[in-house]
Amino acid sequence: MNHFPQAWGRPRDDVYGSYDHSHFQTNGPNQHTQSPIVTGTSVVAAKFKDGVVIAADNLASYGSLARFTDVKRLRKFNDQVVVGFGGDVSDMQYLDRLLLSLDIRENYSSTENPLNAKNLHTYLAKVMYKRRSDFNPLWNHLLIAGLDGEDKPFLASADLLGTTFSSPTLATGFGGHLAQPILRKLLPDEASVERVSEEQAVEVVKECMKVLFYRDARSMDKYSIAVIKKDGVELKEDEKLENQSWAFAERIRGYGTQTA
Amino acid sequence: MASVFTGAPPQGGPGYSFKQTPTVALSGERQHSFYPYTDNGGSTLGISGADFTILAGDTRSTHGYNINTRYAPKLFKIGGEGPENKGSRIVLSVVGFAADGDALKERLDTIVKMYKYQHGKSITVAACAQRLSHILYNKRFFPYYVHAILGGIDEDGKGALYSYDPVGSYEREQCRAAGAAASLIMPFLDNQVNLKNQYEPGSGTGHDLQAKLAQPLPRKDVEDLVRDAFTSAVERHIEVGDGLQMMIITKDGIEETFTPLKKD
Repeated sequence: MNHFPQAWGRPRDDVYGSYDHSHFQTNGPNQHTQSPIVTGTSVVAAKFKDGVVIAADNLASYGSLARFTDVKRLRKFNDQVVVGFGGDVSDMQYLDRLLLSLDIRENYSSTENPLNAKNLHTYLAKVMYKRRSDFNPLWNHLLIAGLDGEDKPFLASADLLGTTFSSPTLATGFGGHLAQPILRKLLPDEASVERVSEEQAVEVVKECMKVLFYRDARSMDKYSIAVIKKDGVELKEDEKLENQSWAFAERIRGYGTQTA
Repeated sequence: MASVFTGAPPQGGPGYSFKQTPTVALSGERQHSFYPYTDNGGSTLGISGADFTILAGDTRSTHGYNINTRYAPKLFKIGGEGPENKGSRIVLSVVGFAADGDALKERLDTIVKMYKYQHGKSITVAACAQRLSHILYNKRFFPYYVHAILGGIDEDGKGALYSYDPVGSYEREQCRAAGAAASLIMPFLDNQVNLKNQYEPGSGTGHDLQAKLAQPLPRKDVEDLVRDAFTSAVERHIEVGDGLQMMIITKDGIEETFTPLKKD
């Protein structure tokens, strides 16, 4: 038995020869994320009169390669909040572990006031801002959906720079260009939230997912959708886009071999 | 027994410690593709009067050509009681990089609240203004990328207004516009508040011209001036719009108003 814990789990010198440490360089500087590698595209979300709907597709792209097709980008937190992740998937997985440890800590300490969406947004925004200030950003754009301290619908965003904002409808990435205009037609301001039902909100969010699938090359027709209300979260992770209409494709002229 | 591996750390390296520090200087320059700032657009404006100060800002938050939200306040009450800042008499407005603005606001708010716990009295605007300058200057080499304007009532009961650059240079002024449309609003303010390029009619020509003297404006006039400044800025600047938030600080407290602006 070797008595140096540092050497445990390493190949034995008498069997394999001494380890060539140049294979595992530890004496360079720590590398920070300088650009995202495996990425998720848009997350879209909308408030309605007694909750929030949020959706994201299940694709993780490696550049233009559709690399992982079953990646869940909506994360439930203590049955009251859903966090949607756009951007780097490994940073999403790091945040997932961070939220897991936070949840465990919270469950041990206090049971009366569980963290609500507003609390979680503040927490995540500070994590993001701290990391950008250390020049070591988490390459994500997060949407946090749930209810605030007064059980009112809450929807806010935090990005890799630590920028935060809240709006009746939010969308990250490509969704900011394609989904937001559709969502804002239904929900132009905070006052309109009261007039929108769950069915309307779900419908418009699904419509947005469809438009994004039509026009965002890094998207997929399999997606996750969550509805957060006072009585809990309903999260569906294996939805398929319905009623797609490719009729418009017939009328497109001028691409590829089509010349006239 | 056969020779087992030594378990000693490799030569020339820092060893098996958990926290590794670089021992070799890196050759060449490393490129950073991460830029820690962004511009969230919007504009703010402050005018002080004889016994009041008005701060105003639009509520649009942008990212490039996208609108993040139509309601993101740039005006924050500082000090007072609790998270709602009850009884506060100081307002901070920040425009530029919103994440830095929020961080700055939280730092100043905490400091002003701690001041009251420690000294048993509310901080004066002059002291608060200097403290804000120090906070900004402390981050001189990684600045809060914001143009701050601080407003309140001074110890003589007069309206007080301080404006800052991102690294803490500050001065007390009668009026100041900051942010995206500052270059559109400021000349208007120079002319209408400080009466620049306005002369007494019939006072002569050339060097005989008598400049009109600026005097503190009544509150109603200032509010109208602010609204005019913003409705005009909305027409000419794409990052300004959606809503106008105003805070009027008097000895009796802070009044807050909201006026819709064009959303296009």
